[in-house]
Amino acid sequence: MKNEYNIIIIGGGPAGMAAAIGAKEAGEEDILILERDGVLGGILNQCIHNGFGLHTFNEELTGPEYAERYADKVKAMGIPYELDTMVLDVTALSDGKKAVSVISSKRGAVTLTAKAVILAMGCRERPRGALNIPGFRPQGVYTAGTAQKLVNLEGAKVGKEVVILGSGDIGLIMARRMTLEGAHVAAVAELMPYSSGLKRNIVQCLDDYGIPLLLSHTVVDIKGKEKLEGVYIARVDEKNQPIEGTEEYYPCDTLLLSCGLIPENELSSGAGVSIDPRTNGAYVNESLETNVEGVFSCGNVLHVHDLVDFVSEESTRAGANAARYVREGKAAKGREVSVTVGNGVRYTVPSRISLGALDDMTHIRFRVTGVFKNVSIVIKSGENEILRRKSRILVPSEMLDIILKREKLEGLSEDINVFIEEVQQ
Amino acid sequence: MADVVIIGAGAVGCAAAYELAKYKLSVVVVDKESDVCEGTTKANSAIVHAGFDAEPGTLKARLNVRGSEMMEELSNKLDFAYKRNEAMVLCFDKDISGLEALKEKADKNGVKGVSIISGDEARALEPNLTDEVQAALLAKTSAIVCPFEMTLAFAENAYTNGAEFKLSCAVTGIDKDSGGYIVHTSKGDIKARCVINAAGVYADRIHAMVSGTPLKITPRKGEYMLMDKTAGGYVSRTIFQLPTKMGKGILVTPTVHGNLLAGPTAENIDDKENTSTTKQGLADVKAKGSLSVKNIPFNKVITSFTGLRAVGDRGDFIIEECSDAPLFFDAAGIESPGLTSAPAIGEYLRELIEKRIPLEKKEKIAETRKGITHFAALSEEEQDKLIKETPAYGKIVCRCETVTEGEILDAISRPLGATTLDGVKRRTRAGMGRCQAGFCSPTSMALIAKKLGIRIEDVRKNGVYESEVR
Repeated sequence: MKNEYNIIIIGGGPAGMAAAIGAKEAGEEDILILERDGVLGGILNQCIHNGFGLHTFNEELTGPEYAERYADKVKAMGIPYELDTMVLDVTALSDGKKAVSVISSKRGAVTLTAKAVILAMGCRERPRGALNIPGFRPQGVYTAGTAQKLVNLEGAKVGKEVVILGSGDIGLIMARRMTLEGAHVAAVAELMPYSSGLKRNIVQCLDDYGIPLLLSHTVVDIKGKEKLEGVYIARVDEKNQPIEGTEEYYPCDTLLLSCGLIPENELSSGAGVSIDPRTNGAYVNESLETNVEGVFSCGNVLHVHDLVDFVSEESTRAGANAARYVREGKAAKGREVSVTVGNGVRYTVPSRISLGALDDMTHIRFRVTGVFKNVSIVIKSGENEILRRKSRILVPSEMLDIILKREKLEGLSEDINVFIEEVQQ
Repeated sequence: MADVVIIGAGAVGCAAAYELAKYKLSVVVVDKESDVCEGTTKANSAIVHAGFDAEPGTLKARLNVRGSEMMEELSNKLDFAYKRNEAMVLCFDKDISGLEALKEKADKNGVKGVSIISGDEARALEPNLTDEVQAALLAKTSAIVCPFEMTLAFAENAYTNGAEFKLSCAVTGIDKDSGGYIVHTSKGDIKARCVINAAGVYADRIHAMVSGTPLKITPRKGEYMLMDKTAGGYVSRTIFQLPTKMGKGILVTPTVHGNLLAGPTAENIDDKENTSTTKQGLADVKAKGSLSVKNIPFNKVITSFTGLRAVGDRGDFIIEECSDAPLFFDAAGIESPGLTSAPAIGEYLRELIEKRIPLEKKEKIAETRKGITHFAALSEEEQDKLIKETPAYGKIVCRCETVTEGEILDAISRPLGATTLDGVKRRTRAGMGRCQAGFCSPTSMALIAKKLGIRIEDVRKNGVYESEVR
């Protein structure tokens, strides 16, 4: 086993695998994927429902099937990967290389070096403690993904009477999954006046099974000292504060939390990567390169995606760009402009664009701040309107992807502003 | 027949067992929970108090100062986390007589290294203190400790030296007998020559099983918020407050593992099991904590919890032989600074017993105890060596706290090993981090299930298994 590589990819989930393939297809031979789990595929392995791959493969696959296609490709291309391997630290060295400290039963504890690093560590779920729900701390309170792993991978029975807090996609999927496992899902409570999950999941996972979605509701108390006995759910006002007197008791043995995903950027921060508080992911340019030269970021560690197809597409680009960085070194990036957000836009990825190093196509991905109907997405640079696109409905749960041709961006001098224009009916 | 039955496997019960196991005595520790450290000991501020707060002349003052003096050496001998991080008591008033009174108490109690400093001096030491701080008492000997490890260390050393632990074993009654006592438990009767009542919030009920003298324990609820390690350096000292018109203050402190802790509230309740947090309590922690330290990163809270202090009815620890029950010793009303005092209470209980029964030291005892190897604390060379000896240390189970499979296997295999997820958490810190066991619990559950020979869904987070598993 050697200790020096051109590209080390941290994470062997959908992002890491696609990045590896992207780098290899761009001509890079010296790649290593490091995966902490015992198999490639990351979180997809526990997502046994279908709905993956419509964009990438024009067919509906399950999570493991989608992962398998990429894993097969990684293997067929002969890209080395190491499983059960945990990265403990990434440091940028003075010669521009990166030191990657890893441990595994096979290697022991060792520091590897790489010319470029691709961060593809994914995200974690927001736990109960971070939500400040008062009450006891009994058994039976799980994040939705933990319950998903227990049910789908460990074959464990998690509970019989279930309440779900948060209508993120995993929560919705688990409402259906728990029902199919023979449990009764009493309700899905969502703090916001809209769901943070995809429309199709609300229809297929809640409506089809008669599970009520309580918008503008939250859990305000948890009962049961050792084992969960029930929760109180209350309506919230427009400031998301529980309204007294609206509490209703739901007896249950299981409370699943689907209240947001947080990119796992502890390694990135340690390496000096600046984190965007809006996404909890790195600030990147159009090459998906962070502020630390030669360190790229993609997938859910960069910003949380709703579709894995977008993760794969983005990560393939990160891999190709890392390969280019290894080949050409520091690129002449030319003039750099910021991408700023205006009305209705929560964040954009990238947050800056180097005009001297543009690809044929530049992606700008973003999410809106609320539900918008009959509006236009507008992108401007100063007074120069680069794009205007009408949209019937925009929701925060769906990531938007605008692709701009090189000609649209070349020669710009002012920052790029992305905003939603609310048109008169 | 046991020479000593200790009821309660918290800090006090285990410290007493640690002390008494050094002598030629048969010692049995019983606890209704499935693990040691399941009551007041698991949910408190984790402070080794210097001893300036207790009233001079009280048992509390004496045992606090003695416990504080013992702690560092014990932490080395018994391998638990301890750090002398100093403390400050903040005064928000121009009138600093409150601080002067504390200083006087410190001097009377024989606490060294205590001085009064100005607000600016305090802010120079702790830049995140608020501008409202007028002056502070600085206590150099104050420290922080891991209460779980400390209690486990006492228990494991006592076990090695011959003490027996009966867990998941609730005391249901005690009868006086010709030779001493018969302690009735959910697992049968235990004959005992001496009994030590270290039952925390339940000490009054145990006391009433043998004695007609009055003793009342009031649970005092304290709610806390624990913040991510990225907030751990926000203050480096333990920051107390002098009582203000908002009531008794709350503290803000780093923990020995590098998190930031704020709390506790103080509310007397009747229910000895009510460890729930409340909206109001958590709001109070935020409001009062913000009086001491500006911009506390409450958005980095990873969990909240409630502890119950066992408050006695005499304003002091109640550690004595019952007047109407010979050789029945209460160690009751062990509120703050109970954790600090625990080793001194153990010593004091031994002295009380020694006055009544001649004690003889065992010829050979284990003086030290080796804790679970904390992989994350090792250098890369040490980690490499450990993985090559035992490959399970090369497999990370808890990402947030870098806890390996090797550590979890040790935690569930060693004497008095963990049988629950919380037991694994207290021993290894797996699940103690920012994802709060989201990623590691399925693996930890699988490892426990395998060890106990049960189904994964039957692994408990805490509490007592319906059938015997250990």
